[in-house]
Amino acid sequence: MSEREPVTMMAAPIHLDYVFTAGVAQSKNLHGLEEGKFIGQRCPKCKKVYTLSRGSCPTDGVPTDEIVELPNTGTVTTYCVVNVPFAGQSIEIPYICAQILLDGANLSFMGLIQEMPTDEVRMGMRVEAVWVEPDELGPTMASVKYFRPNGEPDADYETYKEYL
Amino acid sequence: MADQAEIYTADHVLEYPYLRSVGPVVGAFLTGLRDGKVLGTKGTGGRVIVPPTEYDPETGEETAGMVEVGPEGTVTTWTWVARPRPKHPLPEPFAWVLVRFDGADTSFLHVLKASGPEAVASGMRVRPEFRTEGERVGHVKDISHFVAAGGAP
Ligand SMILES: [Zn+2]
Repeated sequence: MSEREPVTMMAAPIHLDYVFTAGVAQSKNLHGLEEGKFIGQRCPKCKKVYTLSRGSCPTDGVPTDEIVELPNTGTVTTYCVVNVPFAGQSIEIPYICAQILLDGANLSFMGLIQEMPTDEVRMGMRVEAVWVEPDELGPTMASVKYFRPNGEPDADYETYKEYL
Repeated sequence: MADQAEIYTADHVLEYPYLRSVGPVVGAFLTGLRDGKVLGTKGTGGRVIVPPTEYDPETGEETAGMVEVGPEGTVTTWTWVARPRPKHPLPEPFAWVLVRFDGADTSFLHVLKASGPEAVASGMRVRPEFRTEGERVGHVKDISHFVAAGGAP
Protein backbone atom coordinates (compact mmCIF):
# COMPACT_ATOMS: atom_id res chain seq x y z
CA MET A 1 0.00 0.00 0.00
CA SER A 2 1.02 3.59 -0.51
CA GLU A 3 2.34 5.63 2.37
CA ARG A 4 0.70 8.61 0.69
CA GLU A 5 -2.79 9.87 1.54
CA PRO A 6 -5.70 8.35 -0.42
CA VAL A 7 -6.96 10.38 -3.36
CA THR A 8 -10.15 12.26 -2.47
CA MET A 9 -10.18 15.09 -5.01
CA MET A 10 -9.62 15.36 -8.73
CA ALA A 11 -8.85 18.47 -10.79
CA ALA A 12 -11.44 18.58 -13.57
CA PRO A 13 -10.95 21.90 -15.30
CA ILE A 14 -13.34 22.96 -18.04
CA HIS A 15 -11.34 24.75 -20.68
CA LEU A 16 -12.67 26.29 -23.85
CA ASP A 17 -10.43 28.06 -26.38
CA TYR A 18 -12.11 30.01 -29.09
CA VAL A 19 -11.54 32.83 -31.55
CA PHE A 20 -13.93 35.72 -31.22
CA THR A 21 -14.61 37.76 -34.37
CA ALA A 22 -15.92 41.21 -33.57
CA GLY A 23 -17.62 41.82 -36.92
CA VAL A 24 -17.91 45.09 -38.82
CA ALA A 25 -19.89 47.17 -36.31
CA GLN A 26 -18.01 46.20 -33.17
CA SER A 27 -14.69 46.51 -35.00
CA LYS A 28 -15.52 50.18 -35.65
CA ASN A 29 -16.11 50.68 -31.93
CA LEU A 30 -12.89 48.85 -31.08
CA HIS A 31 -10.97 50.93 -33.60
CA GLY A 32 -12.29 54.08 -31.91
CA LEU A 33 -11.14 52.82 -28.52
CA GLU A 34 -7.73 52.17 -30.03
CA GLU A 35 -7.61 55.87 -30.93
CA GLY A 36 -8.89 56.98 -27.53
CA LYS A 37 -12.39 57.86 -28.77
CA PHE A 38 -15.92 56.65 -28.10
CA ILE A 39 -17.78 55.78 -31.26
CA GLY A 40 -21.54 55.77 -31.57
CA GLN A 41 -23.66 54.53 -34.45
CA ARG A 42 -26.83 56.36 -35.44
CA CYS A 43 -30.03 54.76 -36.66
CA PRO A 44 -31.17 56.39 -39.92
CA LYS A 45 -34.85 56.00 -38.91
CA CYS A 46 -35.18 56.86 -35.22
CA LYS A 47 -31.93 58.85 -35.08
CA LYS A 48 -30.89 57.18 -31.82
CA VAL A 49 -27.15 56.87 -31.25
CA TYR A 50 -25.99 53.53 -29.89
CA THR A 51 -22.74 53.06 -28.03
CA LEU A 52 -21.03 49.66 -28.44
CA SER A 53 -23.52 49.06 -31.26
CA ARG A 54 -23.86 45.63 -32.82
CA GLY A 55 -24.58 47.32 -36.14
CA SER A 56 -28.35 47.52 -36.24
CA CYS A 57 -31.13 49.35 -34.48
CA PRO A 58 -33.07 46.94 -32.22
CA THR A 59 -36.24 49.02 -32.68
CA ASP A 60 -36.18 49.53 -36.45
CA GLY A 61 -34.08 46.56 -37.57
CA VAL A 62 -32.02 48.67 -39.97
CA PRO A 63 -28.23 49.04 -40.15
CA THR A 64 -26.74 51.83 -38.03
CA ASP A 65 -24.25 52.92 -40.66
CA GLU A 66 -23.64 56.49 -39.59
CA ILE A 67 -20.61 56.86 -37.34
CA VAL A 68 -20.80 59.50 -34.61
CA GLU A 69 -17.83 60.45 -32.50
CA LEU A 70 -18.94 60.89 -28.90
CA PRO A 71 -17.36 63.06 -26.20
CA ASN A 72 -15.51 61.90 -23.12
CA THR A 73 -18.23 63.07 -20.76
CA GLY A 74 -21.46 61.51 -19.62
CA THR A 75 -23.98 60.99 -16.84
CA VAL A 76 -24.33 58.18 -14.31
CA THR A 77 -27.84 56.84 -14.79
CA THR A 78 -27.62 54.14 -12.15
CA TYR A 79 -24.88 52.41 -10.16
CA CYS A 80 -23.88 49.65 -7.78
CA VAL A 81 -21.23 49.75 -5.04
CA VAL A 82 -19.43 46.41 -4.99
CA ASN A 83 -18.52 45.38 -1.43
CA VAL A 84 -18.34 41.61 -1.89
CA PRO A 85 -15.04 39.94 -2.75
CA PHE A 86 -15.12 37.18 -5.36
CA ALA A 87 -12.63 34.91 -7.10
CA GLY A 88 -10.80 36.62 -9.93
CA GLN A 89 -11.55 40.12 -8.65
CA SER A 90 -9.04 42.58 -10.07
CA ILE A 91 -10.19 45.81 -8.41
CA GLU A 92 -9.90 46.61 -4.72
CA ILE A 93 -13.30 46.71 -2.97
CA PRO A 94 -15.35 48.75 -2.40
CA TYR A 95 -15.70 50.13 -5.90
CA ILE A 96 -18.44 51.64 -8.02
CA CYS A 97 -19.88 50.09 -11.16
CA ALA A 98 -22.15 52.50 -13.00
CA GLN A 99 -24.24 52.75 -16.13
CA ILE A 100 -22.88 55.73 -18.04
CA LEU A 101 -24.80 57.61 -20.69
CA LEU A 102 -22.31 59.53 -22.84
CA ASP A 103 -23.45 62.98 -23.94
CA GLY A 104 -25.17 62.60 -27.31
CA ALA A 105 -25.77 58.86 -26.88
CA ASN A 106 -29.09 57.08 -26.42
CA LEU A 107 -27.72 53.93 -24.82
CA SER A 108 -25.68 53.60 -21.63
CA PHE A 109 -22.94 51.09 -20.90
CA MET A 110 -21.24 49.86 -17.77
CA GLY A 111 -18.12 51.58 -16.47
CA LEU A 112 -15.96 51.73 -13.38
CA ILE A 113 -15.99 54.93 -11.31
CA GLN A 114 -12.85 55.90 -9.37
CA GLU A 115 -11.28 58.93 -7.68
CA MET A 116 -14.21 59.50 -5.31
CA PRO A 117 -15.59 58.11 -2.04
CA THR A 118 -17.96 55.27 -2.87
CA ASP A 119 -20.70 56.62 -0.61
CA GLU A 120 -20.92 59.86 -2.59
CA VAL A 121 -21.89 58.35 -5.94
CA ARG A 122 -25.36 59.31 -7.13
CA MET A 123 -27.68 59.14 -10.09
CA GLY A 124 -27.20 62.09 -12.41
CA MET A 125 -23.54 62.55 -11.43
CA ARG A 126 -21.45 63.96 -14.27
CA VAL A 127 -18.33 61.99 -15.16
CA GLU A 128 -15.48 61.91 -17.66
CA ALA A 129 -13.43 59.02 -19.01
CA VAL A 130 -9.82 58.56 -17.99
CA TRP A 131 -7.91 56.76 -20.73
CA VAL A 132 -4.74 54.72 -20.46
CA GLU A 133 -1.48 56.28 -21.70
CA PRO A 134 -1.47 56.80 -25.51
CA ASP A 135 1.08 54.03 -26.07
CA GLU A 136 -1.15 51.61 -24.12
CA LEU A 137 -4.32 52.22 -26.15
CA GLY A 138 -5.69 49.12 -27.82
CA PRO A 139 -8.87 47.82 -29.47
CA THR A 140 -10.43 46.98 -26.10
CA MET A 141 -12.61 48.56 -23.39
CA ALA A 142 -9.49 48.26 -21.21
CA SER A 143 -8.32 51.41 -23.03
CA VAL A 144 -10.71 53.25 -20.69
CA LYS A 145 -9.13 53.06 -17.24
CA TYR A 146 -12.23 54.34 -15.48
CA PHE A 147 -14.57 57.32 -15.19
CA ARG A 148 -14.30 60.05 -12.55
CA PRO A 149 -16.45 63.00 -11.49
CA ASN A 150 -15.80 65.95 -13.78
CA GLY A 151 -17.02 68.60 -11.36
CA GLU A 152 -20.10 69.69 -13.32
CA PRO A 153 -23.44 70.06 -11.48
CA ASP A 154 -25.56 66.91 -11.51
CA ALA A 155 -27.70 66.33 -14.58
CA ASP A 156 -31.42 66.96 -14.31
CA TYR A 157 -33.37 63.69 -13.85
CA GLU A 158 -35.48 64.56 -16.90
CA THR A 159 -32.37 64.29 -19.11
CA TYR A 160 -31.71 60.63 -18.33
CA LYS A 161 -34.98 59.18 -17.01
CA GLU A 162 -35.60 57.45 -20.35
CA TYR A 163 -32.39 55.48 -19.96
CA LEU A 164 -32.93 53.69 -16.65
CA MET B 1 -10.33 57.56 -38.92
CA ALA B 2 -10.01 54.86 -41.53
CA ASP B 3 -13.04 54.42 -43.74
CA GLN B 4 -12.83 50.67 -43.67
CA ALA B 5 -12.10 49.62 -40.12
CA GLU B 6 -10.33 46.30 -40.06
CA ILE B 7 -12.26 43.39 -38.58
CA TYR B 8 -10.85 42.44 -35.21
CA THR B 9 -10.52 38.92 -33.92
CA ALA B 10 -9.15 37.80 -30.57
CA ASP B 11 -8.34 34.53 -28.87
CA HIS B 12 -10.58 33.93 -25.88
CA VAL B 13 -10.17 31.34 -23.18
CA LEU B 14 -13.02 30.35 -20.90
CA GLU B 15 -11.90 28.22 -17.98
CA TYR B 16 -13.42 26.89 -14.79
CA PRO B 17 -10.76 25.35 -12.55
CA TYR B 18 -13.08 22.78 -10.96
CA LEU B 19 -11.84 20.47 -8.24
CA ARG B 20 -14.32 17.68 -7.60
CA SER B 21 -14.52 15.27 -4.72
CA VAL B 22 -14.44 11.73 -6.02
CA GLY B 23 -16.09 9.70 -3.26
CA PRO B 24 -14.90 6.43 -1.69
CA VAL B 25 -15.00 4.10 -4.71
CA VAL B 26 -13.63 6.30 -7.49
CA GLY B 27 -11.22 7.65 -4.85
CA ALA B 28 -9.91 4.13 -4.22
CA PHE B 29 -9.62 3.56 -7.99
CA LEU B 30 -7.64 6.79 -8.49
CA THR B 31 -5.46 6.00 -5.45
CA GLY B 32 -4.76 2.63 -7.11
CA LEU B 33 -3.79 4.30 -10.40
CA ARG B 34 -1.48 6.66 -8.53
CA ASP B 35 0.10 3.60 -6.92
CA GLY B 36 0.45 1.87 -10.30
CA LYS B 37 -2.40 -0.63 -10.20
CA VAL B 38 -5.90 -1.05 -11.52
CA LEU B 39 -8.77 -1.69 -9.12
CA GLY B 40 -12.37 -2.71 -9.71
CA THR B 41 -15.39 -3.26 -7.48
CA LYS B 42 -17.42 -6.40 -6.95
CA GLY B 43 -20.97 -6.07 -8.10
CA THR B 44 -23.94 -8.45 -7.94
CA GLY B 45 -22.91 -12.10 -8.18
CA GLY B 46 -19.22 -11.23 -7.95
CA ARG B 47 -19.14 -9.43 -11.28
CA VAL B 48 -16.04 -7.19 -11.33
CA ILE B 49 -16.70 -3.66 -12.56
CA VAL B 50 -13.83 -1.55 -13.96
CA PRO B 51 -13.78 1.41 -13.72
CA PRO B 52 -15.52 0.86 -10.39
CA THR B 53 -18.91 2.24 -9.45
CA GLU B 54 -20.65 2.62 -6.09
CA TYR B 55 -23.68 0.72 -7.38
CA ASP B 56 -23.91 -2.16 -9.84
CA PRO B 57 -25.15 -0.45 -13.02
CA GLU B 58 -27.33 -3.47 -13.92
CA THR B 59 -28.96 -4.33 -10.61
CA GLY B 60 -28.59 -1.10 -8.64
CA GLU B 61 -27.19 -3.05 -5.68
CA GLU B 62 -24.37 -1.54 -3.69
CA THR B 63 -20.97 -2.85 -4.76
CA ALA B 64 -18.71 -4.41 -2.15
CA GLY B 65 -14.95 -4.12 -1.86
CA MET B 66 -12.12 -3.39 -4.23
CA VAL B 67 -10.26 -6.03 -6.21
CA GLU B 68 -7.10 -5.66 -8.26
CA VAL B 69 -7.34 -6.58 -11.97
CA GLY B 70 -4.98 -6.73 -14.96
CA PRO B 71 -2.54 -5.30 -15.62
CA GLU B 72 -3.03 -6.89 -19.04
CA GLY B 73 -6.33 -6.97 -20.80
CA THR B 74 -8.17 -7.57 -24.07
CA VAL B 75 -9.41 -4.99 -26.55
CA THR B 76 -13.16 -5.46 -26.95
CA THR B 77 -13.70 -2.70 -29.50
CA TRP B 78 -11.81 0.27 -30.89
CA THR B 79 -11.72 3.18 -33.29
CA TRP B 80 -8.76 4.73 -35.10
CA VAL B 81 -8.04 8.47 -34.80
CA ALA B 82 -6.11 9.35 -37.95
CA ARG B 83 -5.87 13.08 -37.32
CA PRO B 84 -5.59 13.84 -33.58
CA ARG B 85 -6.96 17.15 -32.35
CA PRO B 86 -4.89 19.45 -30.08
CA LYS B 87 -6.55 18.19 -26.91
CA HIS B 88 -6.25 14.50 -27.73
CA PRO B 89 -3.98 12.54 -25.40
CA LEU B 90 -1.38 11.69 -28.04
CA PRO B 91 -0.03 13.98 -30.76
CA GLU B 92 0.28 11.12 -33.27
CA PRO B 93 -2.52 8.94 -34.70
CA PHE B 94 -3.83 6.46 -32.11
CA ALA B 95 -6.78 4.23 -31.27
CA TRP B 96 -9.50 4.74 -28.68
CA VAL B 97 -9.98 1.30 -27.19
CA LEU B 98 -12.29 -0.41 -24.76
CA VAL B 99 -10.12 -2.73 -22.69
CA ARG B 100 -11.44 -5.57 -20.52
CA PHE B 101 -8.76 -6.10 -17.91
CA ASP B 102 -7.97 -9.69 -16.95
CA GLY B 103 -10.28 -10.46 -14.01
CA ALA B 104 -12.80 -7.77 -15.00
CA ASP B 105 -16.27 -8.19 -16.52
CA THR B 106 -16.65 -4.68 -17.95
CA SER B 107 -14.52 -2.57 -20.26
CA PHE B 108 -12.50 0.55 -19.70
CA LEU B 109 -12.00 3.36 -22.24
CA HIS B 110 -8.45 4.39 -22.91
CA VAL B 111 -5.83 5.10 -25.57
CA LEU B 112 -3.78 2.56 -27.53
CA LYS B 113 -0.51 3.49 -29.16
CA ALA B 114 -0.06 1.53 -32.37
CA SER B 115 1.73 1.91 -35.69
CA GLY B 116 -1.55 2.06 -37.60
CA PRO B 117 -5.10 0.70 -37.73
CA GLU B 118 -3.82 -2.57 -39.25
CA ALA B 119 -1.99 -3.17 -35.96
CA VAL B 120 -5.21 -2.97 -33.93
CA ALA B 121 -7.87 -5.67 -33.60
CA SER B 122 -10.66 -6.62 -31.27
CA GLY B 123 -9.35 -9.47 -29.15
CA MET B 124 -5.76 -8.21 -29.13
CA ARG B 125 -3.88 -8.34 -25.86
CA VAL B 126 -2.72 -5.04 -24.38
CA ARG B 127 -1.04 -3.69 -21.28
CA PRO B 128 -1.03 -0.23 -19.69
CA GLU B 129 2.02 2.03 -19.74
CA PHE B 130 1.92 3.87 -16.44
CA ARG B 131 3.58 7.23 -16.03
CA THR B 132 6.48 7.33 -13.61
CA GLU B 133 5.63 7.27 -9.92
CA GLY B 134 6.58 10.93 -9.54
CA GLU B 135 4.24 11.93 -12.40
CA ARG B 136 1.21 10.04 -11.13
CA VAL B 137 -1.39 12.14 -9.31
CA GLY B 138 -4.51 9.96 -9.02
CA HIS B 139 -6.05 10.50 -12.43
CA VAL B 140 -7.04 8.30 -15.36
CA LYS B 141 -4.12 9.86 -17.25
CA ASP B 142 -1.74 8.16 -14.75
CA ILE B 143 -1.95 5.49 -17.44
CA SER B 144 -0.27 7.28 -20.32
CA HIS B 145 -1.64 4.83 -22.90
CA PHE B 146 -1.85 1.12 -23.70
CA VAL B 147 0.47 -0.88 -25.94
CA ALA B 148 0.24 -4.35 -27.44
CA ALA B 149 1.17 -6.85 -24.71
CA GLY B 150 4.52 -8.50 -25.29
CA GLY B 151 5.34 -6.29 -28.25
CA ALA B 152 6.95 -2.95 -28.81
CA PRO B 153 4.45 -0.18 -29.70
ZN1 LIG C 1 -33.87 53.07 -34.96
